[in-house]
Amino acid sequence: MAPMLEAAPAAADPMRPAVWVVRARRRETADTVSLTVAPAEGGVPAVAPGQFNMLWAFGVGEAALSIGGATAAGVLHTVRAVGATSERLTRLRRGEALGVRGPFGSAWPLGLAEGRDVVVMAGGLGLAPLRGAVRALLRRRRRVGRLVVLVGARTPEDVPYGKELARWAARGDLQVQVTVDRAGRAWTGPVGLVTALLDRVAFEARGALALVCGPEVMMRASARALVDRGVGPERVFLSMERNMKCGVASCGHCQLAGSFVCREGPVYRYDRVRPLLDVREL
Amino acid sequence: MRDLARTLAEAPVLRGLPDEDLELLAGCARNVRFAAGAWIFREGGAADTFYWVRQGQVALSVHAPGQGELTIDTVHEGEILGFSWLFPPYRWQFDARAVTAVAALAFDGACLRGKAEADPRLGYRLMTRIAPVVVARLQAARVRLLDLYGAHA
Repeated sequence: MAPMLEAAPAAADPMRPAVWVVRARRRETADTVSLTVAPAEGGVPAVAPGQFNMLWAFGVGEAALSIGGATAAGVLHTVRAVGATSERLTRLRRGEALGVRGPFGSAWPLGLAEGRDVVVMAGGLGLAPLRGAVRALLRRRRRVGRLVVLVGARTPEDVPYGKELARWAARGDLQVQVTVDRAGRAWTGPVGLVTALLDRVAFEARGALALVCGPEVMMRASARALVDRGVGPERVFLSMERNMKCGVASCGHCQLAGSFVCREGPVYRYDRVRPLLDVREL
Repeated sequence: MRDLARTLAEAPVLRGLPDEDLELLAGCARNVRFAAGAWIFREGGAADTFYWVRQGQVALSVHAPGQGELTIDTVHEGEILGFSWLFPPYRWQFDARAVTAVAALAFDGACLRGKAEADPRLGYRLMTRIAPVVVARLQAARVRLLDLYGAHA
């Protein structure tokens, strides 16, 4: 198992991609694939859930992908085919090479989970960076209070990591709820917004830590609902998504007011980023 | 009747109503049960009932040719089911099916409307409790129209 640090430094020359290799590939949904990637030479670097890497599909382009965790085999990334680069990344096969820069950015503050109830709220592929956080929390399960995982997805077919979610739900020591926007008759779970799930799970809001990742509209609504429930805004953390390019706060593509999401983020404290969420120009 | 009124006091949507209101509402209520898979109401049917789900899960759905039953929302323990009894033409707009075994209190819609018209203060208090649920579901439906988790997200 690779070490999971709270934050890890980027490589010496962060602009220079290293050659990595796909060690494993797994199809998650119709348009989404998980890749386990590792350096072609040397060991798997230390990474922390919440950080991101820049993955380069040779001859096509580079894309920022959140880190879903790490194992001895490599670093986990989940990619959905939405453009030329991501589409090429989803077609990478085991043994194929790619360029990787990183890890970059801030991580989920898992040290704050000690002795607290933890609520994890994910929308769609927002579960990717949170999966590593949940795995890390499960490794220190006895040091964390109640653990709640709430997931919203478009349809049952779009729920990522379905088998892992089922394993978590079967453990009995964490509450897992998945809701979808619409479903056929075979689906017996909830249909509706992920925020509605908050009313159906038990946790002590006062003192709880909340980790939220998904589309920004979903994160705004989730953070508000968590605070309404009694969670302190200083203990609600969001993973912001902007147009990450350089990864080292040089190019300005990911600038969010006075902050660079690639450096100060992507994980932000809600009380610090809340004023920016309401600025339409940002 | 008093037992039903006491039970009604536990309903989140009716929390805070004075005892006399609960007594009046209890006069319109009865306990009902549905087996898993049973239809509670069907699209186009007479909307004559309002439910407070005490146990179980209900799926609200529409039927589309070639696509079968499409679930658009679910109603869970402690929540209310059915708004079409409030206004003409008193006709259900969706199907409601018990996903699991469901226990509920069913209120006769005409009875409720009659009591609300006879006592507008009761009607107002009732509406101030039902309207926020209607608004919350409308807002949730609007957000879902954005298809937030789609490929463009």
